[in-house]
Amino acid sequence: MPTVIYILDDGTREEVSVPVGTPVMKAAVANGIDGIVAECGGNLACSTCHVYVEDGWGALPALSEDEDDMLEATTAPRTEQSRLSCQLVMTPELDGLVVRVPESQV
Amino acid sequence: MTGHVVVVGGGHAGVELAATVRAADPLAALTILGEEPHLPYHRPPLSKGILGATNPTEDSAVVGLRALKWFEQKDIALRTGDPVVQIDCNQRAVKLSSGAEVAYDQLVLATGSRNLELKVPGGDLPGVHYLRTFDEAVQLRSALRCGGSVVVVGGGFIGLEIAACASKVMRSVTVVEAANRLLPRSVSEVTAVHLSDMHAANGVAVLVGQSVTRIIEDAGRAAGVVTSAGTVLPCDLVVVGIGVVPATELAVSAGLRVDNGVLVDSFLRTSDERISAIGDCAAFPSADRDGGQVRLESVQNAVGHARCLAARLTGTGAPYSAVPWFWTEQYGAKVQMVGLVQGHDRTVVRRSQDNSGFSVFCYAGERLLGVESVNRVRDHVGARALLENRIDLAPELAARPDVDLRQIAHSAPAA
Repeated sequence: MPTVIYILDDGTREEVSVPVGTPVMKAAVANGIDGIVAECGGNLACSTCHVYVEDGWGALPALSEDEDDMLEATTAPRTEQSRLSCQLVMTPELDGLVVRVPESQV
Repeated sequence: MTGHVVVVGGGHAGVELAATVRAADPLAALTILGEEPHLPYHRPPLSKGILGATNPTEDSAVVGLRALKWFEQKDIALRTGDPVVQIDCNQRAVKLSSGAEVAYDQLVLATGSRNLELKVPGGDLPGVHYLRTFDEAVQLRSALRCGGSVVVVGGGFIGLEIAACASKVMRSVTVVEAANRLLPRSVSEVTAVHLSDMHAANGVAVLVGQSVTRIIEDAGRAAGVVTSAGTVLPCDLVVVGIGVVPATELAVSAGLRVDNGVLVDSFLRTSDERISAIGDCAAFPSADRDGGQVRLESVQNAVGHARCLAARLTGTGAPYSAVPWFWTEQYGAKVQMVGLVQGHDRTVVRRSQDNSGFSVFCYAGERLLGVESVNRVRDHVGARALLENRIDLAPELAARPDVDLRQIAHSAPAA
């Protein structure tokens, strides 16, 4: 199973096995990764599953217009690395993806 | 020291409260007392994805809020399926239906709301469904597999979401709304008409200005409804979504002040300083310019209250002041709302240049009360910033799709 590495706000790295087809947000919530709030449950209606992608850019799905717009509502500053983790659905190519959880989501 | 925080209610508000207290205080004792037998879950998908899901084995992955492992890791005691039946404010303890007692230093009521019942003859027949819990969603999904005809009583968000899901599997879907249009209290007429057209385009019949007066019985089951206009609508099942009432029974019997919700101050404190209330069940002072108590039924409100209260319980709190927002999804259209538009007297419509979506700006006089966006995420995000910064965007600017809402929100001086 491919893995995702979450870097928490305190610098801790947590490696989680994520089934193909599962969004990086769901895997974080299911595994108790702190700092992913995911208020809307993955409907692209909030901006509280914001992550910074540190490594693995190449295999990521393209940014949709809606995600691009919702990213303007994040609490932590948006950077070039910002994505909403509900939109990052796991694929074999994403194995080893590294995402950093921002300091705040709400 | 935070002491023992006991949360009554295992919904979104209760879990977020426990999570946020834990993040701030590694030593606090935390207990969540849930009424339902399940692990805490997301309610919004119950009237959306879950009803249409074809692979029920993934249900818990779809709706689960946190894994069991998370509660263990965070040292949060989670007790499910054992409802609280009584609060003893003097002893500072709650009694559970099993007879167990749990003492608290701080009690948090996150009891949510309950569905209003359709009190008409035949209203309790088999084949009359409600939707609030996971179990009810699973039952309704199974009932919808019959593929026949359904009458949805109530043209609010839940009723419309159910109708949209049902239209994909049922031969005939009819929505009956007592008011003279859909969503009379929640959205502007422009948005309501758009949603009504969307339902019509998907083959859903919408009857407004008629209430259901009776449910017809056949062979011991619901077989149709009769409306106040005398219309008879034969059907295989009935789904009732006519609104909710706050779950305040515990608060009332404990002698707390209650008026359409457990009354709290802006710090979410009830009339007992050791008891707070958050989420759907709490009536709190609106941060809006007119004040007054409001009670909101939304995930954002539940999470916002939870985090606000957690800050107070673990240190110095601040008054709750978030601008409310909501969303619904029907037939793939994303409807996002910010602010409370009830009482508006003027609307300004802003259409996207490619006509793929629109936003409705709702004003009372010069004041911008709220904005509804259909397939216009960018407008919604901009409108949130406007309302958070209390900027009453001039209507002539609101109408222009080329005007950058966020730029105005972040540059104009507050009104």
